[in-house]
Amino acid sequence: MDNTRNSAGWDTIIRPRKGWFDIDFKGLVRYRDLIWLMVKRNFTVLYKQTILGPAWVIIQPLLTTLVFTVVFGNLAGLPTDGVPKFLFYMAGNIMWHFFAQCLTVTSETFVKNSKLFGKVYFPRLVMPFATVLTEMINFVVQFVLFIIFVIIYAAKPDSGVHPNPQLILLTPLMLLQLGILGLGFGIIISALTTKYRDLAMLVSFGVHLWMYATPVTYSASMIADKFPRLLDWYMLNPITPIIELFRAAYLGVPRYSYGYNLLSVVVTIAVFLLGVILFSRTEKTFMDTV
Amino acid sequence: MSERILEVDGVSKEYRLGMIGGGTLHGDLTSWFARVRGKEDPNVKIGKEHLAHNQKFWALKDVTFGVNRGDAVAMLGRNGAGKSTMLKLISRITAPTEGEIRIRGRVASLLEIGTGFHPELSGRDNIYLNGAILGMNRAETTSKLKEIVEFSEIEPFIDTPVKRYSSGMYVKLAFAVAAHLDPDIMICDEVLAVGDLAFQQKCLAKMADIARKGNTVLYVSHNMRTVSQLCNRGLYLENGRLTYDGTLERAMELYGGSSARSVSRNLDEVPRTRNRGDTMRMLAIHFEDTQSLEYDMDSTMVFTLKCVAHIAEPRLRIRLILQNSTATPIAMTQTEPFEVRAGDTFTRRIRFPLDSVAPGEYVLKISLIANKPGGISTYYDTIVDVSRFVIVDDPAVNAGFVWRESLWGEIRLKPLEMD
Repeated sequence: MDNTRNSAGWDTIIRPRKGWFDIDFKGLVRYRDLIWLMVKRNFTVLYKQTILGPAWVIIQPLLTTLVFTVVFGNLAGLPTDGVPKFLFYMAGNIMWHFFAQCLTVTSETFVKNSKLFGKVYFPRLVMPFATVLTEMINFVVQFVLFIIFVIIYAAKPDSGVHPNPQLILLTPLMLLQLGILGLGFGIIISALTTKYRDLAMLVSFGVHLWMYATPVTYSASMIADKFPRLLDWYMLNPITPIIELFRAAYLGVPRYSYGYNLLSVVVTIAVFLLGVILFSRTEKTFMDTV
Repeated sequence: MSERILEVDGVSKEYRLGMIGGGTLHGDLTSWFARVRGKEDPNVKIGKEHLAHNQKFWALKDVTFGVNRGDAVAMLGRNGAGKSTMLKLISRITAPTEGEIRIRGRVASLLEIGTGFHPELSGRDNIYLNGAILGMNRAETTSKLKEIVEFSEIEPFIDTPVKRYSSGMYVKLAFAVAAHLDPDIMICDEVLAVGDLAFQQKCLAKMADIARKGNTVLYVSHNMRTVSQLCNRGLYLENGRLTYDGTLERAMELYGGSSARSVSRNLDEVPRTRNRGDTMRMLAIHFEDTQSLEYDMDSTMVFTLKCVAHIAEPRLRIRLILQNSTATPIAMTQTEPFEVRAGDTFTRRIRFPLDSVAPGEYVLKISLIANKPGGISTYYDTIVDVSRFVIVDDPAVNAGFVWRESLWGEIRLKPLEMD
């Protein structure tokens, strides 16, 4: 299906599904208003009939960070690269939460929207993009909270917090990469779940396990110290270099080679492309299988 | 000739029957692994599944037609003929297996109630959402908002979440949005059946208006009255093939039934639906005193019906339903109950007075039924199109007036009495 106005003056030509690169990016641009309306819808729907409403955006990371600080920081006594435990865990937690949300919500695109998709047409990619935008807005709220804590801690002498202004400038890129990565993995799963429903089961605990393979509740330097030979393998996880870079930027923890970040970017692009291809292929006929 | 707005070119749509893959990743992997080792697929069930596994079904086969600007096209056909699939393809819900569909302009489709509404959002938000889905920007929708709300008759509830709406209100709003956002092609699939009668008429008027303004309406309905009110062209689909493309009248006739006008008919061989005719079955019908099934006004139709009963029924009735030439039921009458025993083959001679039936062409539907206490009926056997027959117009009977069916309907009441 493409939307190009061809020589005969047709606006839309509907053809059978063929080829792998039949992707409707132009439609996505044309429907940008819809993306924003969907973002607005996501917020309205999320906080309808909740008592605390939007406060959940802040409560969730605060509570999780507190639990991490107590369990991993105080009880287990894991080192946090010499920065305050609370800040260390909060940095990892809001980044991971953003990624995990993008992944889980987009992975349900087809199954959750099958009713809507069964009745009207619009480029289906609108939905995952709207999800990532929604999560980005949530992230910004949490991020502002994080910055407040960073300022409070950094004001104290000997806090060990040393923000790196140059790296801080990279924040939008980190966020973008994390969002695209979550979207990429999410839409791959969403395309596959139309055929294999059991993948949906895998997502919830898979994401949970993945968190422990990522330096959220501990620092990557622990891996570097205890298993130096495994470090290269460990850094293959595309999330790890992003979270480490984020902590280096705002807290000043020791930084690893940019090579790992470069690798992570390559993985992100590959995952995103694969996702978009699979997704576009699925969107044309999934109504016949759901 | 006016401009082509929609072209459907050799379109086919294939569905695979039965299971689509194993349904689970584990299932597909074990099937694949078994094939690799050259063993029997463990997920194939013995016997019939072997056949059903790769069975394919063409919901549409090589359908070609074009629609011009200003056409109001009715797509007719029995259930399962492929009408809804065709509409789904045109509205891009799913892709065709073969062929190509070319569209000029915007398509608005109302395939079911609540087209793309989100239950948690208010009516107003849903109007914007739906507008955006149809490719309108905010400003365009805002400029139409007042008109839409007015048309939908739900102004007091416009800021209520639509999940609190009744199904009628849902349809009203959905229709109002789709009709007011200036679609070049408007697709409607029987949704109007939900709204009340007054609103149905309003919608039909609006659709006729759309067609008059030079846009296009594609309408699917089993309600021949609304079809004939709105459409000026008919397509007839039969088993996924387009068998007729032309005038509305002919398409409606085709839909009305293909039964011949024969004096005797073997009913045993007529295919039934849903187990009808299993326990009790009509075998044959013979019309007496007629050669062509043409009856005079106020005469009496006489026929004998031969049936077989495999079970006993103390209170069996023979029911006649009169349908007009477009298969819309008009009237019902039935016999007094009578007893049949299991194993009986029985023949009944029926006299059907044709008083008060207006001149015209009709289709006879016959059922064998029994009504149980509590108002529930058991349908033993039904044949929808037993026979066509004609009542010949004779102005002399009707005080010198030629009967005008389109204005006066199919029931000819007794003359008024005046004091």
